[in-house]
Parts: sequence; C-alpha cells; structure tokens
Amino acid sequence: MNTTTAALNTPAHGLLVTSSPHIYSGLTAARVMWDVNIALVPALAMAIYNFGARAALVVLASVLGAVLAEFLIQKFLMHKPVCVSDGSAVVTGILLAFCVPAALPIWVAFVGGFIAIALGKQVYGGLGQNIFNPAHVARALLLGSWPVYMTTWLKPGAAMSTGAAITDAMTCATPLGIIKTAGRDAELVKQLSESGTSLVSYVFSQLQIGFSDLFWGINFSGSLGEMSKAALLLGGLYLLIRGHITWHGPVAMCATVFVGALIFGGTLEYAAFHLLTGGLIIGAFFMITDMVTSPMTGCGQLIFGFGCGALTLLIRMKGGYPEGVCYSILIMNSLVPLIDKFTMPRKFGQVKAKEAQA
Amino acid sequence: MLEPKSFAGGLHPPEMKLTSDKAIKNLPLPDRVVLHVSQHIGAPAKPSHKITDKVSCGEVVAEAGGYVSAPIHATISGSVIAVGNFMHPFGVPSPAIVIERDPAVAEPPFTSENGLELSVAEIKKRIQDSGMVGLGGATFPTHVKLSPPDTKPIDTVILNGVECEPALTSDHRLMLEETDKVINGLQLIMKALNAKNGIIGVENNKPDAIKALDDKLKALPNITVQPLKVKYPQGGEKQLIYACLGREIPSGSLPMDVGVVVQNVASAAAIADAVNMKRPLLERIVTLAGNCVANPGNYRVRIGTTVCDFIEMTGGLKKDVPLKKVIMGGPMMGFALFDLHIPIIKGTSGVLCWDSEEAAQPHETSCLRCGSCIRACPMGLMPQKMKQLIDHRKWDKVDEIGMLDCIECGCCAYACPSALPLVQSFKLGKKNVMAERKKAPANKG
Repeated sequence: MNTTTAALNTPAHGLLVTSSPHIYSGLTAARVMWDVNIALVPALAMAIYNFGARAALVVLASVLGAVLAEFLIQKFLMHKPVCVSDGSAVVTGILLAFCVPAALPIWVAFVGGFIAIALGKQVYGGLGQNIFNPAHVARALLLGSWPVYMTTWLKPGAAMSTGAAITDAMTCATPLGIIKTAGRDAELVKQLSESGTSLVSYVFSQLQIGFSDLFWGINFSGSLGEMSKAALLLGGLYLLIRGHITWHGPVAMCATVFVGALIFGGTLEYAAFHLLTGGLIIGAFFMITDMVTSPMTGCGQLIFGFGCGALTLLIRMKGGYPEGVCYSILIMNSLVPLIDKFTMPRKFGQVKAKEAQA
Repeated sequence: MLEPKSFAGGLHPPEMKLTSDKAIKNLPLPDRVVLHVSQHIGAPAKPSHKITDKVSCGEVVAEAGGYVSAPIHATISGSVIAVGNFMHPFGVPSPAIVIERDPAVAEPPFTSENGLELSVAEIKKRIQDSGMVGLGGATFPTHVKLSPPDTKPIDTVILNGVECEPALTSDHRLMLEETDKVINGLQLIMKALNAKNGIIGVENNKPDAIKALDDKLKALPNITVQPLKVKYPQGGEKQLIYACLGREIPSGSLPMDVGVVVQNVASAAAIADAVNMKRPLLERIVTLAGNCVANPGNYRVRIGTTVCDFIEMTGGLKKDVPLKKVIMGGPMMGFALFDLHIPIIKGTSGVLCWDSEEAAQPHETSCLRCGSCIRACPMGLMPQKMKQLIDHRKWDKVDEIGMLDCIECGCCAYACPSALPLVQSFKLGKKNVMAERKKAPANKG
C-alpha cells in the first residue's frame, strides 16, 4: 500500500457506530408502567371514596413494601442498577393493595408488597423474568398466611382508625361470599326455589343493592380496588387507547365468564352478576394483560383469557373459595410458555412453501 | 387511479422527508474516486489496471468476477494512483481502485438511440456491460434478474418507487424530474423479460410523483401506477409484491418464482441510459440530510466519491453543530460510518449527518415479553424468541423458526420498549445459520 492509501484511510474521530435501525419509537418500559399507574387512579379514587383514608394507607403500605424490596434487592443482592423509577414496583404494589380487604392491617399490606417483589419477581431475575403475576403471588401467600385478615370485609363508609379493633358492626359479607354460602345451604335453596326468588335477587336483598351498585362499586364490600367496575373499565380503556394492552385477553376472559355463567346458571341475571362481581374486571384488564406473564400473540392471549375465565367460573361455582380470579390467573400463568409455543404467528411465505413441496 | 394497498405488520416511523422539495443538483466531478470491487451481491470484480495506468471515464477498471457479478467502471478520467484495501461502507477493508482526475481529459460523449428497437439479447448485453445493479440498496446484479430460467416466465415487472425509508427523497425527486426516463427504463425491462404488465408502486405520501407518472402513463395501458399505503417497510420486495399483486413469495424463494421481477425506479432510469446511450453506471442520486448538513438536498454524484468530498462539494457541514453519527442509507436500514473517507457505492441512496440529539440511543433494559416486535414484524417472525435463541447460540433452533426469512428491516428494534439490539443480533444469527447450513447441507435438502 502506498502513502495515498494510508492518507485516505485516516479515521475520523468520535463518530457513533451502531447497528441499524438508527431511530426508535421512544416507547420505554418506564412509560408503559407509569401509564398503567395512571390507569389505576380512577379505581384508587373510588377506593378512597368507599373506605376513606384507610384505603390510601393500605395502598401506600403495599407500594412502600414493593418499592423497598425492589430497591434493596437490586442494590445489595443483585448489585444491579436500581430501576425503581421505572414504576413497575409501584404498579405491583397498587395492584396487590387493590385485591385485599380495606381492613387489612397496615403491616400485612407492607409485607405483602415486599413479598410480591421479592418472591414474585426478583427471585426470577427481576423485570421481565417472572413466570407468575407478582401481585397475585403475594395475594395467594397472604390468603394462606393470614386467612382471617384477608377475609374481613369492611363496610363502605365504616370509619376505622389504625390499630383500633374491628367490630362485627363494621364488617359485612361480599356478594360472592353470600352467593357461595347461600348456594351450599340446601334448606335455603329449597325455600328460594319454592318462592321463585333467584339466588342473585336473594344476594341483592340481603345487601340491599342492585346491578348499578355493583357497576359503580358502592354500597357493598369487597377488595378495596376491585369494587368499582366503572373506574376499572375507564382505566382499561385508557390502556387500550394508549396501545399498551390489546382487547384479546380482557374480552376473552369476560366473555368466557359471562357465557359460561349464562349456560351453567341459566339466567342473564346470573351471568351479569358474575361479570360484575369480585376481581373479574381488574383481573381481565390489569392482571392478565401484564405483558411479562401473558402470551405474546393475540391468538395466545385469547386462549389465555379463555382459560382464566373458565377456571374462574369453575372455582366460583364448584370450588371451595367464593372467588377464583387470583388462582385461575396463577394457574394459567404457568401455561404461558406452552401457549406461546402453539400460537406462533404464521410466517410470511410459510404456507405456500408447504404447498409447493406437496 | 387505483385504491392504495398494503401488507400485514410493519409500522409508521416519522417520515423525516425534509428534502422532498429540493430539486436534484448535479455536483462537480470529484478530484478522486475510490472504486470498490465489491459494490454488488455476488463475486467481487477483478481489477484490470495497475498503478499509473491512464483510464478514461466509462472505461472498465475491474471485470465482472463471474456471472453473478458486475464490472466496475472508471467514473472520472485520470490515472490509477492506488490499488489496494480501502474501508468499505460495510465496515471491512476491501480491495478498491483509486483514480485521480486529470482535468485536461474531457468526458467522452454518449450518443442516444431508441433502445426499444434493439433486440432482447442486445438490451440485456448493454445492461450487463453497464455494471448495473439494484440501486435501491440490495445491489443485486441486474442482468441476473433479467435472465430467469425458461421454466419461470415473468408476467409482471414492478418498479419500486415506494421509498419507505424515512429521510430519503432521491427516488421521489427522480420520479418527478425524470418521469419519462423511469417509464422508458420500465419498458426496456419489460421487453427484456417479455413481461406483459408493468406496475410502478409508489407510497401515498408522494401524490405529486403518482400524478406525474399517471399523466404520462395514459398512453400506455399495460403500465399502471399503484398507490400504496404509507407504512414501513412497504418497499421491501416481498411486501411490495404482496401489496401490488396479492402474491406471497414462498419462504426461501425469489420474486421470479411468482412470475415477478422488481426493480428500483433509480435502476430503471439508469437502465434507460445504459441501453439507449451505452452509458455505464457512473453516477447516482444521493439524498444528503441531517441537522449537521449546511445544504441538505438531492445530489447527482459520481460513484466512488468519498463521503467527505461529497459533503464538501454540497457546501460542507454546519460549523456550530458537532457531528455525532453518519449513516449511509436510511435511518431504518443504513450503515453507520466510522470514517468519512469511505466512498459512495452503487447502492448508496442517502448520507445522513446527525447531531447528538438525532443520534440519541435509548438505554437497553430487559425484555418485557410485550410482543411489540411480533406485531411489528412484516415477515410474521418472533423476534423476541429469535434473540433468545441467538443469545444461547442455538443456531439450528433459530433456523427452524425462520432466521433466514428476516429482512433486517428494523421494525422490531424500532418498536422495542426495552431497546434490545434485535437487528444486530439477527445479523449475527443469519451469518451463523448460513455457516451451519453449509456445514451440514445434507440435512437441509
């Protein structure tokens, strides 16, 4: 090589060299997570309307536990950069608080948030690695560890200060709890069928509520963030519009529960009751749409949603628990890799290649 | 005019086409050109000159290295001052011939005739002799595309005027300013292939180009303009054929297997010159854009001009904006350069000079399994899964799920909220899968 060659080969300095593409959509994991937090605000507002400062305290404790676990584990155990600011621990904390009773002792909520992140997420390797929905892992653990706390339902509007004992007058049963107990009481079922009253009307008469109360989430009791279907649907709609979730999972899960209840319960009233009670709406729009623990394709999400819906209804109608959303989602979480394997998208040019060979 | 059509998958990156109203400017001849022998897919050309040899513009300086190859011509008159390894846009040193211009030697004149009256064999020979390759960026030797086996008749020629890459506007300007030449080139290609129909596919964001072509095509019933939905990568060969004709190229096959040949509009215009004037491929239109450039626009420049000479001839860089990234090609598929002495080659459609803001890179985080990549992939692949397998070096498994179907369009990486280096991974994956296939050819049949 002569001198000219060398001169032409003098490199320029400081140019950034990367693989294509050189532009990005600007969407980040943090933006998705904070949008989910925003979507949860209406339901949080309804929880505070129902249970006052108590609801805010439970949520705060759970979020604190989750964020603290994320921080401590990332910093001192994993020696990784701390990613608390991406908002994913906050989402987990809020979601857990939304599916526990408002009367839950504050320290239990804190422990719940902590184990949601520690045992639900970080043990698997952190964001994106967990198999099960962290909030539901924690809820299942809390229900197993403190079953009484987890099933003491505060009446909406019943004032409760931290530390004070809960009296019977301050609590009530949930609609799903009443329908479960009533359904098991053969004597009562006989009476009801003789008088021509449906189980659902019996529940409504016991609680003195109607469908509109179930929809708006007022005048009855339940997990603090699950009650207002209107607020949750508003949040779900926001996520749909922002493009962070797709319709497949939520629609499949709700439709399965509704149609299943219609077939096995026989009446529209019964189907609508199952659609509007318990954690179905929050499960369908916020739990099974968790990217990490759900299938990646639309087709996979339909199967996933169907499975969650079917198991939920099975547990509600035949199982030992009044509500089945949490366990059905955990069970379906474990099937996600299998669903992903069988719902691979059709490659462009794939079918024709087979035809050509045949 | 026809209804706009499209394909499944893909996405909508910002168009960034700020130079679409800048008319093509002819740049002066460069003082020096670096002519790489590998400017096309296939065998490198073989240099036929020594240092100090005098060459005149249009003379062959490197013969085609085989059938799937193309000759390289001197793009200026002067003397050969170096033959050796020079940096190639792909980032590797590669053999090249360097010519220094002799201002005393005038350019040889080219006379024009009506190429449509020539025989098919003569048309193909002139195209082959001109060193023509696909100017859209793939740089596949044109004469090979124009010689399908008799068992695969071609019924339709599609001209690719989509220009779906953001920021690039050279094809757009060409269709506006040299409409006749583009159409003439298409007619020549159709004649060479004995194809009945011609389609010019243009994205809907260039209504002026669609109208210009449509006006001229009223007299030619067998050629139509097909408006296409604005979506990236609408200009991908497989996506374009699917959108225009509804034909799906089987995995691993070529357009000729479904009776189609696709050529870029810039190739068509150059083919017209090659056939009508026996003019070799000497120059091309390059879009120069980016915040750092003083005079962004569309420039006709000699092949072999170094990027620094090219930028200098257009008026240089802005003095107060520090240069951070230089991309040869478009933002979605172009190559980042590390050295501005790299020459413009036959497939260079744009040069983008970006400041640090334009070149900002998101921080890589872990995969959320969100599925954005799957929804974006125009080939129906699972980029997330492929990256996982490549990270674990499972070449056979990644081959099974379609590694070689990847067209490296960049949709997945663009859409990824975790900023995973998906395309980078797939380039590695494809290379290894091809190496594995060569090792065990019997298994793959």
